[in-house]
Amino acid sequence: MPGGGDPAGAGVNRIVVVGASAAGLAAVETLRREGFTGTLTLVGDEPLLPYDRPPLSKQILSGDWEPERVALRSSADIGALGLDLRLGVAATGLDQARRVVTLADGTEVPYDGLVVATGVRPRSLSGGSSLRTLDEALDLRKRLTPARELVVVGAGFLGAECAAVARALGCRVTLLEPAPVPLAHAVGEPIGRMLSDVHRDNGVDLRTGVAVSEVVDGGVLLADGTLVAGDEVVVAIGSHPNTEWLAGSGLTVDDGVVCDEFCAAAPGVYAAGDVARWHNPLFGVSMRIEHRTNAAEQAMAAARNLLHPEAAKPFAPVPYFWSDQYDLKIHAYGYLRGHDTVEVVEGDLQQRRFLAAYYKDGRLVGALAVGMPPKAIRPWRKAIIEAGTPAGLGAPAGLGAPAGPGTPAGPGIPAGPGIPGGPGDVARIGTPPGAAVRQRGFESESAAVVQSEADAGQAGPDGVTGAAAESEAAGVQRGGVA
Amino acid sequence: MRVELDEPKCVAAGQCVMVAPDLFDQRDDDGVAVVLNSSPAPDQEDEAREAAAVCPAAAIRLVQA
Repeated sequence: MPGGGDPAGAGVNRIVVVGASAAGLAAVETLRREGFTGTLTLVGDEPLLPYDRPPLSKQILSGDWEPERVALRSSADIGALGLDLRLGVAATGLDQARRVVTLADGTEVPYDGLVVATGVRPRSLSGGSSLRTLDEALDLRKRLTPARELVVVGAGFLGAECAAVARALGCRVTLLEPAPVPLAHAVGEPIGRMLSDVHRDNGVDLRTGVAVSEVVDGGVLLADGTLVAGDEVVVAIGSHPNTEWLAGSGLTVDDGVVCDEFCAAAPGVYAAGDVARWHNPLFGVSMRIEHRTNAAEQAMAAARNLLHPEAAKPFAPVPYFWSDQYDLKIHAYGYLRGHDTVEVVEGDLQQRRFLAAYYKDGRLVGALAVGMPPKAIRPWRKAIIEAGTPAGLGAPAGLGAPAGPGTPAGPGIPAGPGIPGGPGDVARIGTPPGAAVRQRGFESESAAVVQSEADAGQAGPDGVTGAAAESEAAGVQRGGVA
Repeated sequence: MRVELDEPKCVAAGQCVMVAPDLFDQRDDDGVAVVLNSSPAPDQEDEAREAAAVCPAAAIRLVQA
């Protein structure tokens, strides 16, 4: 890592941030706020100034917002950062020995410190539209006219949001999902089933357990030869990290840029956002999160650790995502993907107003709420932190302290004194762990299924949109279409 | 410094409340952010900047007085 303790660390005069979406923007802003005054280059393959992706599958697709609304900062705010801005040109190579990033136009950009924030791109089929960029969302919006037949491949968060918006626009919608229960691997089977019911209640022809073969003229061909007819096809089957440009760079790539708990991929090289796979000591696992909130938080952490390696802090967040589907607002904290048990601790699935808690090996790892006041869910975030064993948290910098496997806390973790609920607090929802005796929840049959990669994101849930929503929470799907 | 909230953009994530509880709260019903103090004291300006930075909807804007 770059040595030195000054802001801007000794010898760090040039920093390059590759990727100009939410994570890249948060990185450059944090570097400036932390006092870095050297040359700061921001590289983005899209020609636009940084914009937000979660609204693409929501307000942009629905037409509620004009495209200008998704700009993350005004051009004046961007200008004030004093950046060497390279937009509309992708990075094509990294030479760590010479410390240069090569761009598609052949130029080389030298660096002393580097942040990789190149995000993900949609997995594709033979055709159909994807929903990752503003242009794609605007193009699709023009074509979603009433009575148009839309086929959405993939019922993850992004596909679900797209289906919901299309129904509101008066389209006929068929939603194809390879898994038996949409989103079961992400949010558990009971909640996945409830979300399926919501689609059907809203007039979507949801077909699960179907293997999609290819997109053809007039619709989608299934593996069994059935043609699902449609005027438009949207493919939302997850995403790939954009790491090809790092081939031969010496960085370890394994479904994302592999980082330690400080978001460091190599000395002086950090990664953040959808593209980063790092060890989250709070959960004791390696994860790659395509949530909108993670993009900013991780980029801020990476930027600070790059500038202050001697005071580096492990990045140990509680992931968070939201998703809007029809009239449902979904909020979730934690790392639900690894859960083995989910139980509804408050409210009622049937009424679509509930809070579900997620456990792994008896430890609280997540909470998801539908139709509940978001403020009242926050105590669960705290409970998730308290249930963890963040080895290395707060440890002195940079030593790469092993994050430790995390000792399962077991049922009955004392909830601790910190749980809000005092005067002035809104009524708290459910009882975060500890106090309550845990009843046996639904065993998630699907938990074992898919653990391969990451969330699927593309745009989408926020958060997911992840990154964009797709970033987020996106994610979703991994299981994938065959 | 003045804190402005673009309320229709707010997604009720509550990130601002977690990093700047003196400056922000959330409405009880829908979780939309509420600015408690739109003119942070000098020693609260870092918190305000942190809140604007972590907002996942870019709904918080800081205007230098």
